[in-house]
Amino acid sequence: MSMINHLEYMDGMENIGSDIQDKVISQMKSYIPESYSAEDVTSAIESPICTEEDFKALLSPAAEPFLEDIAQKAMRERNKHFGNSVYMFTPLYISNYCENQCVYCGFNCKNTIRRAKLNAEEIEQEMKAIAETGLQEILILTGESRKYSDIKYIGEACKTARKYFRVIGLEVYPVNTDEYRYLHECGADFVTVFQETYDSDSYAQLHLGGHKRVFPYRFNAQERALIGGMRGVGFASLSGLSDFRKDAFAAGLHAHLIQKKYPHAEIAMSCPRLRPSKSPLPVNTVNVTERQLLQIICAYRIFLPYASITISTRECERFRNNAVKIAATKISAGVNVGIGEHSDSADKGDEQFEISDPRSVTQVYSAVEELGMQPVMQEYIYV
Amino acid sequence: MEDKLILGGREFTSRFILGSGKYSLDLIKAAVENAGAQIITLALRRANNGGAANILDYIPEGVTLLPNTSGARNAEEAVRIARLSRELGCGDFVKIEVIRDSKYLLPDNYETVKATEILAKEGFIVLPYMYPDLNIARDLANAGASAVMPLAAPIGSNRGLCTRDFIKILIDEIDLPVIVDAGIGKPSQACEVMEMGAAAVMANTAIATAGNIPEMASAFRLAIEAGRKAFLSGTGKVRETASASSPLTGFLHD
Repeated sequence: MSMINHLEYMDGMENIGSDIQDKVISQMKSYIPESYSAEDVTSAIESPICTEEDFKALLSPAAEPFLEDIAQKAMRERNKHFGNSVYMFTPLYISNYCENQCVYCGFNCKNTIRRAKLNAEEIEQEMKAIAETGLQEILILTGESRKYSDIKYIGEACKTARKYFRVIGLEVYPVNTDEYRYLHECGADFVTVFQETYDSDSYAQLHLGGHKRVFPYRFNAQERALIGGMRGVGFASLSGLSDFRKDAFAAGLHAHLIQKKYPHAEIAMSCPRLRPSKSPLPVNTVNVTERQLLQIICAYRIFLPYASITISTRECERFRNNAVKIAATKISAGVNVGIGEHSDSADKGDEQFEISDPRSVTQVYSAVEELGMQPVMQEYIYV
Repeated sequence: MEDKLILGGREFTSRFILGSGKYSLDLIKAAVENAGAQIITLALRRANNGGAANILDYIPEGVTLLPNTSGARNAEEAVRIARLSRELGCGDFVKIEVIRDSKYLLPDNYETVKATEILAKEGFIVLPYMYPDLNIARDLANAGASAVMPLAAPIGSNRGLCTRDFIKILIDEIDLPVIVDAGIGKPSQACEVMEMGAAAVMANTAIATAGNIPEMASAFRLAIEAGRKAFLSGTGKVRETASASSPLTGFLHD
């Protein structure tokens, strides 16, 4: 079987001619995490403005012994920009059909899992059930299949969501500018796309087929979303797929450069670690420890003090509670990563990955209050 | 005669406008009381249409709401948020915030003037958040603003009076109340702008991120009152050099 060239756009994929990818990739390639010293790290901690070099130092192995100091600095930044607010939301998976072949993912098209797609009525039932928990922000997700979950289907889901929620985010396959514009008109305002890894060689080894294999089309999704009128965009690398320090640096720099080019854009970071799923873990994956994950989250907070940072249910309750206090600002609750699990009437489809924090909205809400923090259900008006 | 702050025909004895963001809702009441505040700002985007923890339920009765249009990126969005605020029963006051920079949160003065013009015509009492620029302040006054709210430093930065000299120009030249907003990190800085002749101070982050929120609200109140009293008393002139008590020209007789 001949493989798709992962650096070439497929037919129908819009090329916006952005230079951000070249900037990010060349900087990432020249970043050698092991070359930073303890002095570089202390200087980064003491500096009032975090430069790109400081960010690199904060992500380096030399920073690990300074994690407490880094966390203290991150918390100061967090408080300055967000006070004690913790934003709450939940993801809703409406379809798990997927045409991609990502070796680490439960939705991999080669996996034999129960596939399901909610119809309009089921989507509404699920949203109603979620809205009854008090949440006002929803993140709509699909597996990446234009065939089973086309743009119109996603748009209709957004229109329904507008009836129940104040904030609608999307985590679906990357699309063209005009399609983002349509989805924005349907009510969505935030788009998150995980690049997974910014190392294009590793990317090619992990994403064997489907449109996701095309690295640059995915990379430029956030920019297309902003051109299409979206208010904010989210970024992430999936830590563990490749050199997680370089990946975290690239994700942070990607977000930084997008904000610089589109100053009005709201920026969000996610910090997922590889989790077990129906797919066996790929051979070259790296175990990222909790300390290392916290280092990444704190480095993001210090480099991008204004950005929203989401802490995934891939992490356990203990880690999530502490992470929102130190550096993260957003937490999901009442999470189901399968299909049709919020209400009883829908078909069930299998999960994308295993979650480690099954707490309900009420439980997370109370836990946030017990931390002395303030749960916030919405901070947004769609205008 | 009692010293009053007059905004859109409404009279206030307190010159401390308190923010309600970044701290727990159940501390709002204590903060308002300790601040002696009669006006509190709130981001309309934080207000619920019912449901869990509505900020509007935590604001003590009798306190005037000053809803802001944060989240607006242009005049049109600010106008829509202001209208929504009125529909939700938040009153006629509105603080215009038009921001299209997510990093520094600096206001867009040009769009702010446009929104002020539209909303003032609709009967709103418009208090625009602005970068301290004399020409824009004049435009805002002509557009019908009831006060101008120049920033001292970027929102939430606690960096103090970075724009001190430009705020002074507005105080000297603009007939509207000048309410210094954003960036004030310490009571001493609030005191200083009041001594300069600012009409009021608006603060949020400095209080929200304090170890003891109600106590810091109280400290700001005292500082603002002290600064106002000093301004009304007429502070002594600051001189470059000492003023000798036995002057060189003291020998002259005619």
